[in-house]
Amino acid sequence: MTEPDKVLLTLKVNDAVHEVAVEARRTLADTLRHDLELTGTHVACEHGVCGACTVLVDGDPARSCLMFAAQAEGSEIRTVESLAGDDGSLSDLQTAFSANHGLQCGFCTPGFLMLAEGFLAERPDADREEIREVVSSNLCRCTGYQTIVDSIQDCAERRRNAKEASA
Amino acid sequence: MKPPPFTYHRARDVAGATDLVAELGEDAKFLAGGQSLIPMMNFRLARPEHLIDIGRLGELSFVDVGPESLRVGSLSTHRAVETADLGAGFEVVRDTMRWIGHLPIRTKGTVGGSLAHADATAEWCLLAVLLDADIVVAGAGGRRRTIAASEAFLGFYTTVLEEDELIVEVAFGRPAPHAAVTEFAERKGDFALVSAAVDLDVSSGTVSGGRVALGGVGPAVVRVPEAERVLHAGGRAGTDLFETCAQAAAQAVEPPGDDDAGTGYRKALVRNLVVRACEEAVAR
Ligand SMILES: Cc1cc2nc3c(=O)[nH]c(=O)nc-3n(C[C@H](O)[C@H](O)[C@H](O)COP(=O)(O)OP(=O)(O)OC[C@H]3O[C@@H](n4cnc5c(N)ncnc54)[C@H](O)[C@@H]3O)c2cc1C
Ligand code: FES
Ligand code: FES
Repeated sequence: MTEPDKVLLTLKVNDAVHEVAVEARRTLADTLRHDLELTGTHVACEHGVCGACTVLVDGDPARSCLMFAAQAEGSEIRTVESLAGDDGSLSDLQTAFSANHGLQCGFCTPGFLMLAEGFLAERPDADREEIREVVSSNLCRCTGYQTIVDSIQDCAERRRNAKEASA
Repeated sequence: MKPPPFTYHRARDVAGATDLVAELGEDAKFLAGGQSLIPMMNFRLARPEHLIDIGRLGELSFVDVGPESLRVGSLSTHRAVETADLGAGFEVVRDTMRWIGHLPIRTKGTVGGSLAHADATAEWCLLAVLLDADIVVAGAGGRRRTIAASEAFLGFYTTVLEEDELIVEVAFGRPAPHAAVTEFAERKGDFALVSAAVDLDVSSGTVSGGRVALGGVGPAVVRVPEAERVLHAGGRAGTDLFETCAQAAAQAVEPPGDDDAGTGYRKALVRNLVVRACEEAVAR
């Protein structure tokens, strides 16, 4: 067998620019985890149904297991590592998950966080029904989802209140 | 699993993409949103040797609303269509997007990829067949042709497209103000077991014609002339007419029984969903 083709890519992840040489078949998820050592993005089903691998691509939630890294060149990628502050302080969304018991084992959590981060940026006024609908895209085997919905709703409400207070 | 190895090519324009596919032959495939092709590669159900990434062809990503028509570029994502203002009479196209997978699938999956993949319950195929859309394709050497949706889908994941043909756009010729799509799936976001779409000609509460299309009842999306004849015979827009229409639709089809659902169950879904789609269509 001949050596597999490698592609040289420039990827922008969490505002940092990385150069990587990977096999063309390397998914974005595996590139993030193995080449960039950003292991916060999790991988489970590898066919788009579980959502553990959800990241933001140009602000939109997307399955990083269903994207080759080569397709991500020229886009801004954000992973769960971008949420917390440099000092490790949790973001408001992460705090809401913690306060509302939005996680148990935590395997699904990075995916839910990035899903919610992207969704709330686009729909800050989302009500509980809309949040339930969006959350249905990811799987969690622990929580039963109610507390995940609670967490996202809590975060959305806090952001709305903060905005009103500052207006 | 991990996808098998392939050589990656990035297309710069439509002509480059089609000519390259023609040159590389049947082991080459276009890559659009990857939401069908990559799962199939991860399952090793597809092993293309070359992928030609058309994802950067910005000229294929547009939604063009005219007074009497709607043109959607093949690289438009389901999400872009879901959030676009499609103009009066094309609300059904926008509203159908929510049935396609989930938000993170819709942000990446494209119109052209759905039509080319031709799943028997794909919402884009259903819309195209229901509304007699035209599918515009480009081939190697600058060839172009327009395919009527009614002639596009041949069977399981099979279309009339040649290997080198790239879908450029889908055009909906006339508004359908009283059209609706509904479906049933076991879990939110799954491909439908059965989907139903209707477009009614209705004025002052009287139906004088219409179109009926179904997904999940055979190898490809179909129109149901038997059910359309009921609509053409006409009558008051209401339960009696809609149930007769739905009954005719259920009788006309012979859905395959498989692990997901038996023939009888799918027929029962047809009966229910056609009525529901009719009710939603008149209510518009
Ligand atoms: C979890 C999940 C749930 C889903 N649920 C649904 C659903 O409910 N309904 C539904 O309809 N779809 C569903 N999908 C599929 C999704 O809609 C895909 O986006 C779509 O089927 C393919 O579009 P794509 O752009 O991703 O195409 P790709 O995966 O990139 O390509 C698919 C095929 O089309 C060819 N192709 C792509 N673009 C073109 C073009 N312009 N011209 C010619 N050939 C082309 C490719 O070569 C390939 O053979 C789901 C997917 C996932 C992962
Ligand atoms: S690992 Fe990507 S959706 Fe499951
Ligand atoms: S917290 Fe364990 S899978 Fe969701």
